[in-house]
Amino acid sequence: MSLVSRGFRGRRQSAETAGRLPPGQYETRDFPVLSAGPTPRTPLTAWDFTLRGADGKSARWTWDEFVALPRQTTTKDIHCVTKWSKFDTVWEGISIDTLLSEAAAKGVASSPYVVARCDGGYTTNLPLADVMGGKAWIAFMYDGKPLPPEHGGPARLLVPHLYFWKSAKWVRELQLIESDTPGFWESLGYHNYGDPWREQRYAGDE
Amino acid sequence: MTSIGAAPKIAWRLTTVIDVIRETPETCTLTLDVPGWPGHRAGQHVDVRLTADDGYQTERSYSIASPPEASRLALTIERLDDGEVSPYLADELHAGDKLELRGPIGGYFVWDVATGGPLLLVGGGSGIVPLMAMVRHRDIALGADVAARHRLPVRLLYSSRRWENVIYRDELHRIAEMDPTVEVTHTLTREQPAGWAGFKRRIDRAMLEMVAWPASEHPHAFVCGPTSLVEAVAGNLVELGHQPVLIKTERFGPTGGAV
Repeated sequence: MSLVSRGFRGRRQSAETAGRLPPGQYETRDFPVLSAGPTPRTPLTAWDFTLRGADGKSARWTWDEFVALPRQTTTKDIHCVTKWSKFDTVWEGISIDTLLSEAAAKGVASSPYVVARCDGGYTTNLPLADVMGGKAWIAFMYDGKPLPPEHGGPARLLVPHLYFWKSAKWVRELQLIESDTPGFWESLGYHNYGDPWREQRYAGDE
Repeated sequence: MTSIGAAPKIAWRLTTVIDVIRETPETCTLTLDVPGWPGHRAGQHVDVRLTADDGYQTERSYSIASPPEASRLALTIERLDDGEVSPYLADELHAGDKLELRGPIGGYFVWDVATGGPLLLVGGGSGIVPLMAMVRHRDIALGADVAARHRLPVRLLYSSRRWENVIYRDELHRIAEMDPTVEVTHTLTREQPAGWAGFKRRIDRAMLEMVAWPASEHPHAFVCGPTSLVEAVAGNLVELGHQPVLIKTERFGPTGGAV
């Protein structure tokens, strides 16, 4: 049992949001921006997306090819490790399942882990299982509009069941890998997996 | 899932409030005694956890204001009128109270004298806090070594709404007066005292061209404040030729916040 903070009452969740806030989180109606460096600005004519296999084989899409893939719209709660959560965010993009099956058709073999690589040098690592089965997307629309650069546009990874640093902004490549390799924040003291419901914020959190 | 390697859990610690110092009308500094504090680097933050008597808990992150050399941990808190945690910390806590926190957290937005210089610090509002830890660390770590100070010069550009909102104003003035290798430039965006000859607009490209180290000096840049300021400053620094990898950013507050 932790200390009781003398005189602290705090805000309880509304009936509407009860059960939707992971431990230690608070709801925001805003959409805060967090990133470690300047916002990269890649023109769509220079943008492409690559799904690369561990064996070096890859599938690549230009912007026009990418947005012509079958799209999905999804409404999700998102949870940032800096404590804010935002409910019912609406995204549109391409399911990773779609990209994996397109890539498989081009001979890209599956591997148990994946690393997202981004403009600006950011990386994050995930088990492949966490981006399959309708759990992850490459999103390029937010709230019905093109994703703004400060929120990761042209396109970001969206993995809403994990802390939002896993939903890498400005993503350009998913690389399948055989053994798990920590990404940017995962190498700087943050948790390797990042489940908000188990409050896996930092390395060492169970 | 476990993390790669066997990192120890960052434990919650029970700290004691030693002092609450009013900095500006909306900010105060908590000085804390933290038994067993493992040390930190300038720029890192802590998570603070509050617990109500029915077990309800909430957490927030606060930047560390004190340098690694200080024996006590200092957190400077901006009181947000509609906040859940900051009004409690600013209004309710007093000396002798207990406060739970864990840290230090964050391994990217950090600087120490071994990182090298020159150092370019750009802050808005309470975004000054982690930058101040860097200024204080440099001041203590370099001591009387004038040559080292010249090798690690600092330029700080600090945007506040009004003169009365400038956090650490007297201390910054004192440091800059005693050390010619520390240049502090203020801009006051809302209201200026009579006779103010300094900047009175939001930080823009022209201001950075005048105040910041040129890109050719390869400064280590740290930018902290509301998103609008950070986006503008980081974007302008890139346009002025600074390498993105040398520009580290940290953002505070809601998207609409402006200083």
